Amino acid sequence: MVEPAVDLTHAHPHDDHAHHGPEGWKKYLWSTDHKVIAMQYMFTGMFMALVGGFMAYVFRMQLAFPGMNVPGFGMVSMGEYNALVTNHGTIMIFWVAMPVLLAAFGNFLIPLMVGADDMVFPKINRLSFQVFFVSTIVILASLVVEGGGFAGAWTAYPPLSANETYNLTPLGSTLWVVGVGLEFVAFLLGGINFITTLMNSRAPGMRAFDVPLVVWMIVVASILFMLSVGPLLAGAIMLIFDQTLGTGFFNPATGGDPILWQHLFWFFGHPEVYVVLLPAMGVVIEIIATFSRKKVFGYRIVIFTVVATGVLSFFVWAHHQFIAGIDPRMANIFTITTLLISVPIAELCFVYIATLYGGSIRLTTPMLWALAFVAEFLIGGVTGIFLGAAGADIYFHDTYFVLAHFHYTFFPIAIIGTYAAFTYWFPKMFGKMMDDRLGKWHFWLTIIPFNMIFIPLFVLGMGGQHRRISNYSGFSELARDGFQDVRVFATVSLLIMLAAQLIFFYNCWKTWRSGPKAPKNPWKANSLEWTTESPPPHGNWHPDEMPVVYRGPYEFSVPGRADDYWPQNEPPRRDRRDS
Amino acid sequence: MRPIATTRAATGIATGKLAVWWVLASEVVIFGGLLASYVMFRLGHPEWADAAAVTDTTIGAFNTFVLLTSSLTAVLAHQAAERGDGPKAARYLYFTILGAATFIGVKTYEWWYEISHGYTITSNGFWAFYYSAAGLHAFHVIAGAVIMAFVARDAAKNLELHRVELIGIYWHFVDIVWIFLFPLLYIAK
Amino acid sequence: MGFFESWGHFFDRIGLIRIGSTYAADIDFLIFLVLVVVGVWFLAAELIFVYFIMKFREKGDGRRADYIDGKNKRHKRWITYPHLAVLVFDVLIIVVSFNVWHRVKMDLPENPDAVIRITGQQWAWIIQHPGPDGELDTADDIHTVDELHVENEKLYHFKLEATDVLHSFSVPVWRIKQDAIPGRSITGWFQPTVTGEFDLQCAEICGFGHTVMQGRVFVESAEEHAAWVEANTPEEAAAPAADNTPSAG
Ligand code: HEA
Ligand code: HEA
Ligand code: CUA
Ligand SMILES: [Cu+2]
Repeated sequence: MVEPAVDLTHAHPHDDHAHHGPEGWKKYLWSTDHKVIAMQYMFTGMFMALVGGFMAYVFRMQLAFPGMNVPGFGMVSMGEYNALVTNHGTIMIFWVAMPVLLAAFGNFLIPLMVGADDMVFPKINRLSFQVFFVSTIVILASLVVEGGGFAGAWTAYPPLSANETYNLTPLGSTLWVVGVGLEFVAFLLGGINFITTLMNSRAPGMRAFDVPLVVWMIVVASILFMLSVGPLLAGAIMLIFDQTLGTGFFNPATGGDPILWQHLFWFFGHPEVYVVLLPAMGVVIEIIATFSRKKVFGYRIVIFTVVATGVLSFFVWAHHQFIAGIDPRMANIFTITTLLISVPIAELCFVYIATLYGGSIRLTTPMLWALAFVAEFLIGGVTGIFLGAAGADIYFHDTYFVLAHFHYTFFPIAIIGTYAAFTYWFPKMFGKMMDDRLGKWHFWLTIIPFNMIFIPLFVLGMGGQHRRISNYSGFSELARDGFQDVRVFATVSLLIMLAAQLIFFYNCWKTWRSGPKAPKNPWKANSLEWTTESPPPHGNWHPDEMPVVYRGPYEFSVPGRADDYWPQNEPPRRDRRDS
Repeated sequence: MRPIATTRAATGIATGKLAVWWVLASEVVIFGGLLASYVMFRLGHPEWADAAAVTDTTIGAFNTFVLLTSSLTAVLAHQAAERGDGPKAARYLYFTILGAATFIGVKTYEWWYEISHGYTITSNGFWAFYYSAAGLHAFHVIAGAVIMAFVARDAAKNLELHRVELIGIYWHFVDIVWIFLFPLLYIAK
Repeated sequence: MGFFESWGHFFDRIGLIRIGSTYAADIDFLIFLVLVVVGVWFLAAELIFVYFIMKFREKGDGRRADYIDGKNKRHKRWITYPHLAVLVFDVLIIVVSFNVWHRVKMDLPENPDAVIRITGQQWAWIIQHPGPDGELDTADDIHTVDELHVENEKLYHFKLEATDVLHSFSVPVWRIKQDAIPGRSITGWFQPTVTGEFDLQCAEICGFGHTVMQGRVFVESAEEHAAWVEANTPEEAAAPAADNTPSAG
């Protein structure tokens, strides 16, 4: 517990705004406090979300009004369009979804929820963020270097990505690979802490099945990531050598094979989608349980299905390659595995819905976000089934149907899930209560436009509109007026949604200025993070008041108890008196 | 000053060990991916055998021997550490580092020889994998040796003796990777 | 399967996308089937979901939530039965998908009326039609850029190749899509069923000009096609392809 004073202040956000002079900054930069590192990850992620959102704005404008001079950007050349799309995807997944959901909330919640004063390896934790920070700079730099940013799609299929004479972005593409590679390393380092802290540093009395589901899911996600990313890291090395040294790993002319990259990429790529899905799912179930005052319907079912999903997710990757020239018999196998994976995930969804049954539901802002996640993710999920059926994927592959599918999964995760978590734990993180009314406005003005953006894109996809095209006027079937109107509609909806984000930022600013002070446990929830101050001091609890655990995190509305919640750390002696 | 978290061991396994196993697991999949790709290619390209024929099996065998002995000294270091004899552990670790140095030295000669005879990373698929895989491994050897130097320095002062075992585990891993590389790159002609 | 056939024309009927080949209707039927199956599940899930939210919303009447841990059988069934049902429907989808997949991608129909070589390159489709002799790789082959001329109702095999990066041969009205890979020649088939002029896309990003890699497919009646072949057969057969690229048919 040395240097507490320092980091104690730095657990407050307003201090990082108020930092003046190198002094404060240095301490902030070099802090090993898991809460500070969580903030660093979150604000980086928030910033990158704005970058990714801006890119979406630019290329959506180009799609709606081809050749227009986009305010704030200018004309969008074909090459720039590809670069924008590529980096929009890359950034939203690797620099928004992962850092915010996995790293920020993982870092913030795991020690608090298992009743530890910090991560097990604070220095490795800090190193993880520093590597991530460097990777962020690299990816941003790749956008502005000579020749422009990498424009070969976030999947970076060679030979296009491997050979500068094809992609025309010699620097951009190499920096892109390096940036993504560093980002992977950062999350491997972060994972060390997540898993060891959960396994070894649980509060006395906390058994494996007393751990809140969100922690389980974040850790399972880290394990999935660790087990799947290796081959792609090897692939990244090969790709960099192909780009810079001129080796021919992926070059058919020299006995290489471009399809190899696709296998390495998707062997990681599909588990990766669950890597981001699970933390969001965890956040959502925490919130649903709290605000319906209900015990989770089948805590163990959830854990087992999550593990089942994780295992299955290693055997579906080729569903991205059905028509990529792989052996058609492989498609049969992967159709089966892909559709099978709908079973555990369906079960998860059912559990979430069942948890509402018989509850006493309070529609606070976080709850709205959580419920919206379930409602919207279902759309993303079921549309995955169309694509999983190889026969249908012949038509849908690389159309906007795929695109809408994964935005209906990613948006609920990276935006809806993030807002749910953010609004739910805001009081704990910053010690202030957000404005619920503004929160609800922000909610509706984000959710409604979201559907207005992507439902139309499903239709365009079914109409045969293919991806990564900056201007459809050359395709008679796609240039139909009807279709162009739909594109404009989607873009306008996006403008509305982006504008609505101002409400969010205004709400944050207002709360930080004049929000009411948050009590220890504003939502009357059970898990351990609510038993300490808001925000928690350095070390989370006073050293001699470290919590001891007596029960699971979802003991809501237990019959015969005075209040409808039962904190994990409340000694049993009391409950005998209550009942 | 360690956080309380670090002092706990709910599983009964030392936290440091868990961490090392995590690192190794992620390393295994990295090398696994690389070698799996290599094997796939190798099966598809019988002609690579001619290139493989150029590699010097005796040198490879010698290096294998060097690494194995260095692993042995790592074990001895661990035993010494168990007995709480830091200086002794340190001495064994220095032997291990010496092994690492020899390994790298031999490798450098090997590569210099091959490159000077025109077998570079761009020559063909085999050489691309040969230099990438062996290079990635050599990088791990160097990194391991450096970390080991720090561990040994502490151990000599009887500090952080548990780390001797951890670096040992890592070193065995580096060794095992080579046990896979050697037959794949040298013996299989 | 006449009844099913009709459902296969659903998207054509609502004017979303034409049916232009023999297997297009099969693919649409599969899509429609999945739409119905998951659609039902989806609606059911959403309805129950919303109903619960309405019904169990806190009404300030001091009613407390029930304590259900979902452990006992009576409650668990509400999860287990549905997810077993999901499994059943998965199997249904898998079976139909297999049929379609085999028809389109696996069992290649024998002795085609003609074979066409389609080569993707940055950023155009180079198409090699058999000339009057109906044989590919003979002196009278007709080479075109971004124009695929075929005769209606005829069975075609195509040899799909690429010279530089990945491309993807895609004709939406035929529901055909196949990546072209440098260093390989992938064989596939199609059999047009309606005459007309359709889009030929490149559905795999292939660099700067991916957007402008726009081809046209001309499905012609027997005599139109004959006329086109007639008009475009190279005079002295050895002439290089570029010289006799016709202006849009
Ligand atoms: C977090 C993100 C995420 C998630 C969760 C998913 C989930 C799923 N995805 Fe998705 N997917 C992506 C992100 C995601 N995907 C991305 C980014 C791409 C494109 C990459 C690119 O090319 O750029 C993609 C592309 C993609 C493809 C390739 C399409 C193509 O390029 O041709 C396929 C094909 O099978 C697929 C399938 C699935 C399936 C079956 C699921 C399943 O997990 C869904 C399971 C869930 C449900 C099924 C809903 C709940 C169940 C019920 C309501 C019961 C009723 C259901 C039945 C009766 C079946 N996805
Ligand atoms: C997490 C993933 C994610 C997210 C959130 C989004 C968000 C959006 N995407 Fe994205 N998109 C991808 C992943 C994502 N996308 C991927 C992988 C691709 C494929 C790339 C490729 O083909 O290579 C793609 C491609 C893609 C295309 C296809 C382009 C083409 O193929 O030609 C389009 C077209 O409309 C599009 C649109 C949008 C829009 C309008 C949004 C909007 O929803 C964006 C709105 C943004 C915001 C609302 C940001 C505000 C949020 C915050 C400020 C966060 C606050 C932070 C905290 C609280 C911590 N996207
Ligand atoms: Cu060729 Cu895209
Ligand atoms: Cu997938």
